[in-house]
Amino acid sequence: MNSPVEQFTIKILYELNLFGIDVSFTNASLFMMLSIFCSAGFLYLGAKKQSLIPNRFQSLVELSYEFVANMVKENAGKGSQAYFPFIFTLFMFILFGNLLGMIPYSYTFTSQIAVTFTLAAIIFVGVTIIALFKHGFKFFTYFFPSGVPIALAPLLIPIEIISYFIRPISLSVRLFANMLAGHTMMKVFAGLIIMMGSAGGILKIGAVLPLMAVIGLTGLEFLVAALQAYVFSILTCMYLHDAIHLH
Amino acid sequence: MEMDAAKLIGAGLAVIALAGVGVGIGNIFASLVTAVGRNPAAKNEVFGIAILGFALTEAVALFALVIALLLLFTF
Repeated sequence: MNSPVEQFTIKILYELNLFGIDVSFTNASLFMMLSIFCSAGFLYLGAKKQSLIPNRFQSLVELSYEFVANMVKENAGKGSQAYFPFIFTLFMFILFGNLLGMIPYSYTFTSQIAVTFTLAAIIFVGVTIIALFKHGFKFFTYFFPSGVPIALAPLLIPIEIISYFIRPISLSVRLFANMLAGHTMMKVFAGLIIMMGSAGGILKIGAVLPLMAVIGLTGLEFLVAALQAYVFSILTCMYLHDAIHLH
Repeated sequence: MEMDAAKLIGAGLAVIALAGVGVGIGNIFASLVTAVGRNPAAKNEVFGIAILGFALTEAVALFALVIALLLLFTF
């Protein structure tokens, strides 16, 4: 039987070499492209025939648009509308990546720390640049909020700085670990079905239990797939809020 | 041999973090029940915040899990 973590192996589909750097087209890149095509196709087809009374497809597209628009408005505050397209793209990319990963025999690219950390690093660097651009040197007061007694400074400033720089790590590890743990857990339970089913006697009937567990877990994983896309983008909104408004 | 034993003990110790996560998640949903009990009209609003808190707390459990897996499979 295959190991439960074998689903995360990266297979090279087309070898590419760019100035000595390995940029091969892998199954992860394939699914990233699929995610972009699916989300773009979903939005394009849904918004193509615009009618005042939307059909089901169009209202699904409108729902996702309004959901993210409200999220940005509520969490990133005033002056954040300019960043809505980025957040929406990010949300759809991760959502479709997670959902495509739920198809059997497909590949979940969000279960790779390289992918999620790249996304988180882009957000972190971008948000910091926005903050520096907007506030200049005043940005550094972010690490020492006003109204705090000056005696607390040696304690508070390191904590604030660490918590600021740990953001890309926690943001990326959250998504990556959720997808990794969820998919591994499903495979472990699926392996349990086969192990119990191939054993004789009473155990064969008992194999129904892990089968029911897997069905439940699949539902849970769909919830987690949507939830993690939501959490990733809402935290990006909160970081943007800090950058634009400084606390 | 001793190295293997140390790895297993380390992975076991790493998931002690789950105790805190259990308390945290229980706390979130206990507060949710209290809040909805006091003001059922606020259910939709509070539920979203609770789910966000749940996801953030659950992430701590997964950090512990990642450390346990790292100890088991990479060293």
